[in-house]
Amino acid sequence: MPLTWLRVAVGFYTVGLLYALLALTRRSELLNRIALPAMVLGMVFQFVSLTEAVLLSDHPTLTSVHNSESLLALLIMVFFMIVYLFYRTTSPGIVIFPIVFLLTFVSATGEQPFLFVTPGVKKSWLFAHIALIFTGYAALFLSFGASLLYLVQERSLKSKKSNGILSRLPALETIDEIGYRSLLLGFPFMTLGLIAGTVVAQSTYGRVNLLDPKILLSVLMWAVYLIMLYTRWNAGWRGRRAAYLATFAFVAAVVAWAANYFSGIHRFVSS
Amino acid sequence: MNFQLIGVNHKSAPVEVRERLALPDSRLADACKRLTEQPGVEEGMILSTCNRVEVLARTVNGTADLRGFIRQFFKLDPGELDSYFYEYREQDMVRHVFRVTSSLDSMVVGEPQILGQVKEAYAVARTAGTVNSQLDSLLTRAFAVAKRVRTETAVGSSAVSVASVAVELAKKIFGSLNGKHVYLVGAGKMSELAARHLLAHGAASIFVANRTYDRAVQLARKFSGQAILFEQLYETCDRADIVITSTGAPFAIFRREHGEAFLARRRNRPMFFIDIAVPRDVDPEVNKLDGIFVYDIDDLQQAVSAHVADRKKEAERAEAIVANEVERFQARLQTLEVVPTIVSLQDHLETIRQAEIDRVRGRLGELSPDQELAVDALTKGIINKIMHTPITTLKSAAREPEATTVIEVVRRLFNLQDKKAEDKSNSASNAGAKT
Repeated sequence: MPLTWLRVAVGFYTVGLLYALLALTRRSELLNRIALPAMVLGMVFQFVSLTEAVLLSDHPTLTSVHNSESLLALLIMVFFMIVYLFYRTTSPGIVIFPIVFLLTFVSATGEQPFLFVTPGVKKSWLFAHIALIFTGYAALFLSFGASLLYLVQERSLKSKKSNGILSRLPALETIDEIGYRSLLLGFPFMTLGLIAGTVVAQSTYGRVNLLDPKILLSVLMWAVYLIMLYTRWNAGWRGRRAAYLATFAFVAAVVAWAANYFSGIHRFVSS
Repeated sequence: MNFQLIGVNHKSAPVEVRERLALPDSRLADACKRLTEQPGVEEGMILSTCNRVEVLARTVNGTADLRGFIRQFFKLDPGELDSYFYEYREQDMVRHVFRVTSSLDSMVVGEPQILGQVKEAYAVARTAGTVNSQLDSLLTRAFAVAKRVRTETAVGSSAVSVASVAVELAKKIFGSLNGKHVYLVGAGKMSELAARHLLAHGAASIFVANRTYDRAVQLARKFSGQAILFEQLYETCDRADIVITSTGAPFAIFRREHGEAFLARRRNRPMFFIDIAVPRDVDPEVNKLDGIFVYDIDDLQQAVSAHVADRKKEAERAEAIVANEVERFQARLQTLEVVPTIVSLQDHLETIRQAEIDRVRGRLGELSPDQELAVDALTKGIINKIMHTPITTLKSAAREPEATTVIEVVRRLFNLQDKKAEDKSNSASNAGAKT
């Protein structure tokens, strides 16, 4: 059943994907009006799917790959909705919706769920680790989306031509604020998530191999995150430089995620 | 329908004529009442703005002397100002009213004030009781059309003056202008106007720097801002989010290094330079800095003319909407005219049927419930069969121009004189019966 709900959610997210693709070329009032409700429905079904998955099993099944990707997508959407409530803009959706779609799609079509081998792991620590890290990821993705939008809007203002979709983007300072605030909000989550992860690893393996790709990349991502915050806070970096950093952090996050597949300790092993 | 309109506007009459005909709000209600006292006028309303004076009326047969009313009311000599008036009737008037409320007939097409002005005039006439039936539906529909035009086209949404374009751009950069500081460098008319616009949209404070300090003080006082010595320009400029420059300097006073310094001191918060000086005050190189946006007078003017062109295109779409709405309104009104006739026709025949059944009742003797039903069905069936063609004809005639003639013929044939119909319909026969 959880998979069915998830597939329904994918259906709704497809509307968001269409919105993102079409919004780049022309404005469609109809799609504009249905995109947001469709995404909300998608969230509802995704939430149901995740809750059911957790309830159905004895272990925290969030640790299976397809559920974790689904959870990440849901958290990103939650962030997007918070931004929408404050700023009344769906523009970040142009970047966010495809990411959400992709994550949900992958988790809905995933084959055998991989399971984390968790001998003797403190389950609540593991759960905290995953939830915190993913909230951090979600904030990072949103910030990445905002910095891309910032670049687009800046280019459009400099080119002194206003055209179609660009004229509907939020103001430059609003986009900037969205990006900065989600960054600010995401950092503590990411940090606490990494700490929780360390606790889990310590209790599982005793000693942690610092040269393991997963750990190395996670630390790298965290460092980039910190640098972004620092440059932003100290020198007010925004625009192009901030976008480069955000892109770098995004890539680092994706690579750190991908490292799950070749890390010695942090691995989803087929059961 | 019998709608009539007479009026002058900015196209048909110079301001000297319009001001002679202008009505202060205090006299409007009285004027509306006087209008409906005019022979043949059933409903009336007067719209008086600085760009137009119009008298709207629904009359008994479409031939009321509105020109005479104006002559009398404004005490004009016979023939005076005659050539400045335009007149519209029936659907031409419907179209005109729709166009006026949708701001397609305005001096600046798409300006938003006119809708409010028409609404006020309508409220006055309604309170005075001079608008109550078809003219009422016309105005209500006109407001709906204006709303449709505004939401479906962009005719009123773009800025068409240099100052408003500047505000629009500032909003694109800063979102809200609340708490933003404006710096005037040089004190010209145009920069003053732009500053006024920015302040009206929420900008917090104004700094003024000028070569002659006295002039700066003068201008600063006007906006309760702060005058600054020209020598301190570079030290103070980074305090402003929006800089409007209009000095007569023969070379650029803001160069790349200045921009870099400002950004460093502002921790890269964006800045908006509006350069309306010729020759330009801001080196185009400054625009290449991340976070500084420079618009010179040509850029602003280009935006203005792009918006004007947009408005023209949008106005064409708006005209199409109006044309479509005129047709719909007409069809609706005519259906309205037909409905009471159909109802009274049905009532009339039903009364006859009942009377006939009652009359032969005694001769039929005792009837079983089944027989009772059969008699009922039989008589109703006959009536429905006979009525079918007249009713369909009436309904289809509603959409044709000859609707009133058909209605009149039907009414005469069946000798229909329903009170309700008399109110709603204003066919010639009814009017005749009234006088």
